Amino acid sequence: MRGALVVVVLGLLGGGCGRRETEAGPAGAPATFGLGRPATADEIKAWDIDVMADGTGLPPGSGSPAQGAVLYERKCAACHGKTGTEGPADRLVAREPRQGFPFGRDPTLVKTIGNYWPYATTLYDYINRAMPLNAPGSLAPDEVYSLVAFLLWRNDIIASTAVVNAQTLPRVLMPAHDRFVLDNRRGGPEIR
Amino acid sequence: MTDAPISRRALVAGAAGALGAHTLRRAGLAQAPALAAPPDPTKVPGQPTSALGQRSTFERPRRIPSASGQGVSLSPLQDFCGIVTPADLHFERHHAGVPTIDPHRYKLLVHGMVERPVVFDLETLKRFPAVSRLHFIECSGNGSAGYRETRPDLSPQLVDGLTSTSEWTGVPLATLFREAGVKPGAKWFLAEGEDAAVMTRSIPIEKAWDDALIAYGQNGEALRPEQGYPARLLLPGWEGNANVKWLRRIEVADRPFMTREETSKYTDPLADCTARMFSFVMDAKSIITFPAYPVTLPEKGWWEITGIAWSGRGRITRVDVSTDGGRRWAPAELEQPVLAKCHTRFRHLWNWDGTEATFSSRAVDQTGYVQPTLEQLRKARGLGTHYHFNHIRAWRVRRDGAVSFEPEG
Repeated sequence: MRGALVVVVLGLLGGGCGRRETEAGPAGAPATFGLGRPATADEIKAWDIDVMADGTGLPPGSGSPAQGAVLYERKCAACHGKTGTEGPADRLVAREPRQGFPFGRDPTLVKTIGNYWPYATTLYDYINRAMPLNAPGSLAPDEVYSLVAFLLWRNDIIASTAVVNAQTLPRVLMPAHDRFVLDNRRGGPEIR
Repeated sequence: MTDAPISRRALVAGAAGALGAHTLRRAGLAQAPALAAPPDPTKVPGQPTSALGQRSTFERPRRIPSASGQGVSLSPLQDFCGIVTPADLHFERHHAGVPTIDPHRYKLLVHGMVERPVVFDLETLKRFPAVSRLHFIECSGNGSAGYRETRPDLSPQLVDGLTSTSEWTGVPLATLFREAGVKPGAKWFLAEGEDAAVMTRSIPIEKAWDDALIAYGQNGEALRPEQGYPARLLLPGWEGNANVKWLRRIEVADRPFMTREETSKYTDPLADCTARMFSFVMDAKSIITFPAYPVTLPEKGWWEITGIAWSGRGRITRVDVSTDGGRRWAPAELEQPVLAKCHTRFRHLWNWDGTEATFSSRAVDQTGYVQPTLEQLRKARGLGTHYHFNHIRAWRVRRDGAVSFEPEG
């Protein structure tokens, strides 16, 4: 999906690779000012924590649903509920609806990892950077992998015996993977 | 207007007071003005000069923060005149609180598909040629209060308080990208915040070459912490969430990153059982901010209907006002300046005959897009959709002058 998506987006934006540099700067401005200092490899490494849908950025390490269950109880259940369905924070677990994706028609449906998230890698990226709410960024890679494994298992997406790591996570196909489309609004008279 | 027994300004202030009182009790602030007015201000010396000005002690505009103190606080649209939002009343939306960032330690890292990975500190950002531009920022969830279930006792603040306009000052992102040397094949960039959510969004690189800014100024001074101090991404006309605050890192890439905020959130489920992603642009919208709940018009006669209109696609070209429930529309007066991707103030004189009436506004932008009715929007998106609620808003005035919110404009 991603390859097609990128191509379409670029087509829609009308730019392709050609740069429309409308911000050329004031008259007489040089092409570059030579300001700023070179970033060091260490400072890039310290901040470059993002994980892409193909797994780029995933660190070494691994985790299982069983290991994740222990962590979830300790670090997540207070906000997300004992089984991930109770809240009060975002509900994480719901297997239904698996068919039809009728969220636009039915406002009562609750969006969860199991029925709405299109990429499993996003779980790693988000938990690692922002969770738990009271101690963001405090989890080690094995802990993040374990929690990801637990949540995927609770949503019936992987087996209880599965091991989640940098190789296996990008291959997990989420139930909602094919449901996302690009913005087709263009202005003009049509309401979309 | 001048011979009305109660001036509109007093009326608006009164309404603000009534609404503000609710907030004030919550915030635990004093109800009585700190400074009483003398019987005749010409007979006593006034207050001395001061290092920091304050609002009149009689003016109490307030945001309405969510009860938890997390998430959102709504801007008091009904208390504003003109198009600029005072910085301390700009709406708030953040995902893990407002961080405190030392400007002396601040740095912005630009890396990824660039020739020269580079770090800019705040002073260096300010050394580049700067621009100042007036633009709105609107949370894409703004207006949800009027889409599915609604109530008559909603003020403009409660309906649409997640939009604000500021004069933003900063350096064009294109300048920084030329400095770093964006490589061929780069198509997206990741913007990352330095808040506790380390919030991220993927942005098409075309927006950088078009009009994106790294903003450090807001209405003539440094950004407020709630708006991203010391520097934020500003994407004129695009949904608030993508305008990443407390910006610390930009990574240039050849594809989107599929972050949580652009997949599980900020995507719009549609009636055809898909969900729209990367729906950045805020479509044209308007709301009448006077008369509006909780105002009561004290008498029939001439009143000026006024409000704001805006579009993420460019300039507002027309705002129509109806005072008969949407049967007939007349163009309102657009007050200068009318700027692209910026709140535009509209005004429409109305001679109220004292009978029950429903009045509403309908914005048109330079692409020919006409703000849709609630029915049109529900048909296009589905009742269960989220975000981008820009349908027509209406208000109903009863014979006794009481005004209430009316979603079915």
